[in-house]
Amino acid sequence: MKSLVCISHVPDTTTKIQYTADGKALDKTGVTFIINPYDELGLVRAIEFKEKSGQGNVTVLCVGNAEVEPTVRKALAIGADDAVRIDCGTAAIDGLYVAHQIAAYAKDKGFDFIFFGKESIESNGSEVPGMVAELLDMPFISQAIHLEAAGGKAQLQRELDGGYESIESSIPAVVSCQKGIAEWRIPNMRGIMMAKTKQLAVVVPAVATDVAVVTEKLELPIAKGGCTYIDAEDPGKLVEILVDKGLI
Amino acid sequence: MSVLLFAENANGKFKKATLEAASYASELASKLGVELHAVAIGTIANDELAKLGTYGVAKVHTITDAGLSAAFSDQGYTRAVVAVAQAIGAKSVIFSQSYNAKAVAPRVAARLNAAMLSGASSNPTVQGDSLVVTRSVNSGKGIETVRTNRPVSVISVKTNSYGLKETPKTAAIEAFAFSSQASDFGAKSVEVVKTANKISITEADTVVSGGRGFKGPENWGLLEKLADLLGAGTACSKPVSDMDWRPHHEHVGQTGIQIAPNLYIAIGISGAIQHLAGVNSSKNIVVINKDPEAPFFKIADYGIVGDLFEVLPKLTAAIEKAKAAHA
Repeated sequence: MKSLVCISHVPDTTTKIQYTADGKALDKTGVTFIINPYDELGLVRAIEFKEKSGQGNVTVLCVGNAEVEPTVRKALAIGADDAVRIDCGTAAIDGLYVAHQIAAYAKDKGFDFIFFGKESIESNGSEVPGMVAELLDMPFISQAIHLEAAGGKAQLQRELDGGYESIESSIPAVVSCQKGIAEWRIPNMRGIMMAKTKQLAVVVPAVATDVAVVTEKLELPIAKGGCTYIDAEDPGKLVEILVDKGLI
Repeated sequence: MSVLLFAENANGKFKKATLEAASYASELASKLGVELHAVAIGTIANDELAKLGTYGVAKVHTITDAGLSAAFSDQGYTRAVVAVAQAIGAKSVIFSQSYNAKAVAPRVAARLNAAMLSGASSNPTVQGDSLVVTRSVNSGKGIETVRTNRPVSVISVKTNSYGLKETPKTAAIEAFAFSSQASDFGAKSVEVVKTANKISITEADTVVSGGRGFKGPENWGLLEKLADLLGAGTACSKPVSDMDWRPHHEHVGQTGIQIAPNLYIAIGISGAIQHLAGVNSSKNIVVINKDPEAPFFKIADYGIVGDLFEVLPKLTAAIEKAKAAHA
């Protein structure tokens, strides 16, 4: 299998989010960045294909400026063979912009699977995977929890509300990953050493397009008005309040 | 010109999330001074189609192509929605955030070269040629205000953020000619398997959630009894699903499901930042925890500091009593 794994560079899940004073960007002071956890599931599944068959290739792709490179190196340490960074510089980007760049890069490379996470934990849009699939006219299996490939076909399961759907897909296909498709891996020392010598190519964006969506402002949710405490001996008081408010 | 709603059905019935998206789309259509149309794919009875009128839909375009009626197809549904959008000159296409809607909406946005506003938590304000909405980002830790920079937009509505609003109209029902083709089924549905018959936690008005404080899966009966009484969905924290006390699909939080119910009751969950990210859009939060320092109390509306094994039986008894009094 020849796989392309698209990753996002996102704040660690434990980050206490702050925005810059002008409300235009994340305040990166003291923030640790990681591979978006759902993207990492796709990375591991792609590596498993290669490990099992002993052939194929795993390329990692990230659209970002030079700041994302340590995150890309981590993907190489986990086991990707090579990496590409599409250098978008510091200009504002949105889902459609990123999708255009990824689709243009992947178009003539012959990837069997293009992997994404089901969403990034930063923008929570679930936009780019479906957009890339449409731009490349490929089937899109969203929120995949299981993937096998045999005889030129892929067998998948995608999560649904209270269940799942079994799918047979042609290859190539775009897959967005949900928990269940693979387990997260911690890179070992050998992987970390090898990652330093693997290729990380930097290419310029192939599609000139402006953003379709402009970020006006980023802010924190309004703090709650405070907690009303109810005596543990008398939860009936809570029930009275909830009934009064029409909540139960 | 018009606004188009993707009116998804499950076994011939519109889901609550679809009706919520209709309510949302209806307000947008009236702001833009245009009609709200809907596209409904599959076999749906006329009285069910008429229900869309209750939420402001003026016309329903029905597609009864056999292939698309039999099974979901991301490519086929996309072509169908795009065909209707182009035929009626849709200015904005509105989706819920159901699993299928999330698969189709970005494809439609790419095809229409539209501005995609995903997970919108407010109805748009119209500013000149642009629409401006808020959406939650950083997994609920932040709010982003975004503006469209294209003539056409695709908006997905965050579940439970807008609610149901009736603006009754008589919906005209009209067949739309659309034929699926072999290439629409690159990804082909083999079967849909139900693993839980419970209430969907993304759509539920009330969600009761348990954490490590329960000490083991054998004690979940206490939580389930409370949930049954309230007609609530059941959820859990990440450690609980990691330890396999409860299934993964109940895990709410940053790397689990994000929910926004009317009432969220968190029991024996300390409130790690990753958990709060997934639930802080809930309109009312009740926290029961024996540790008065638990961070969850900081975002709670109501709190009980106490041992859940003592508090829960008293709480369920009090609810039973209140229900009996109202019966």
